[in-house]
Amino acid sequence: MNFTKVLCGTTIAMALGYAGISVAASGADGVTTPIKPAAKDHPLEEVWSGYKYAATDTQAMQDDEFSNPGMAWHDTGQELWSKVEGDAGKSCASCHGDDASSMKGVGARYPILDEKRGKLVNIENRINMCRTENMKAKPWKYDSSQSLGMSIFVKAQSQGMPVNVKVDGAAKPFFDKGKEFYYERRGQLDMACATCHEGYFGQRVRMNTLSQGQSNGFPTYRLKWQKPGSLHRRFSGCNKQVRAKPFKKGSDEYLALELYLAWRGAGLPVETPSVRN
Amino acid sequence: MAKPRVKVPKTAKAGDIVLIKTLITHKMDTGLLKDKKTGEIIPQHIINSFQATYNGATVFSATPHAAISANPYIAFNVKVDKTGDLEMVWKDNKGKTWSAKKTITVN
Repeated sequence: MNFTKVLCGTTIAMALGYAGISVAASGADGVTTPIKPAAKDHPLEEVWSGYKYAATDTQAMQDDEFSNPGMAWHDTGQELWSKVEGDAGKSCASCHGDDASSMKGVGARYPILDEKRGKLVNIENRINMCRTENMKAKPWKYDSSQSLGMSIFVKAQSQGMPVNVKVDGAAKPFFDKGKEFYYERRGQLDMACATCHEGYFGQRVRMNTLSQGQSNGFPTYRLKWQKPGSLHRRFSGCNKQVRAKPFKKGSDEYLALELYLAWRGAGLPVETPSVRN
Repeated sequence: MAKPRVKVPKTAKAGDIVLIKTLITHKMDTGLLKDKKTGEIIPQHIINSFQATYNGATVFSATPHAAISANPYIAFNVKVDKTGDLEMVWKDNKGKTWSAKKTITVN
C-alpha cells in the first residue's frame, strides 16, 4: 500500500538526520489518493488533506524542506529542545533524549485525555505541563515563537505517520462535545464549521478554495500570517469570519473540537509544518 | 530570532556554477501599516542589505525594499574556481546584523 511506502521513507529519512523531512507530503495517502474513512458514522466519503486544495506553488514550497518557511521555526524548536531552563535545571533533552526521536508518534495521537485532570491535552498544553511541572519553568504563551517552534519540532517527528486519536471510553464525552461544536451554527452569519468544510469543500469562497478543514498539517505556516500559527489560532480566525466571538486559545471548547477534527482526519499523514495560503 | 537558513553545496568542480539558497526569519514591517489597537504607524523594520562574498570578493548583493514579504528567501548562483569561504551578511535598518559562513571545497 501507498501508506507503508511513506512510513518507510520517513524512517529512512530520520535515520539520515533531517535530510528528508519533507518526504511525507508527496505521494502520501489523503494527498494524492483519498482515504476512505474506517469509521461507519464518518460524514465524509473521502478524506483529503488540505494539501490537495493548496495552490501548486504553495505545495512546492511545503515539499522542499529548504523553502518551507515553517522549518525556520522547526530549527528554533530544535535549539530549545536542549536549552536548560527553570529551577529544576532541566531541558527537554534531559528526560526525552538528545535527538527527540522519543517524540515519534506523539504528533499523530494527540490530543489525548489526561484522566487525572479530566481534561484534554494537546501538544502545546503538554509542552507547558512539562515546563511547569518537571522543569519548574514558566509556561510559554500560546502562539509565541517558542511555543510554535517546540510544537512544530515535536509534531514534525511524526511526519508521515497516520493521525490516530483515541475517541472512545473516557474521551467519548469530549468527542461528542467537539462534534456538537462542529455542527452548531454560530455568529451573525449563522454558519457552522460543517457549512463550509463539509458542504462546500473544493469550491471557492472568494479567492480561497475551501478545504475539508483537516488538522494534520498544524501548526501550519500560513502565507497570510507570514508566520506559523496554531490550530486554535485558525479556529478563532474561522469564528471571527462568521462574526462569532472566538473562544480563548487552549479553551475546553477548542480542545474538544481539536479532538473531533483529528478523528475526522484519521489516517491522514502528519504534515507539520505544512504551508497554506 | 532564529539563525538564517543557508543551503550551500559542500563540494564542487572548478568552474561549476552552484546554486545558493538562503532564508532568514524577519518581520519585514513595511512602515505603512497601523497598529490595530493604538492606531499608530508601525515603524518600518526591514532587511535593507544582503551581501555575499566568496574569498573576500563580493559575488552577490541586494538591497531589499519595503515590498519584500516577511522571511525573505534569496537564492543566487555563484561560479566557483577554487576552494573558499562563502560569507553572507544580512543587515536591517535598525542596525542588526546576521551572518552565515560556509566552505565550498573545489576538487
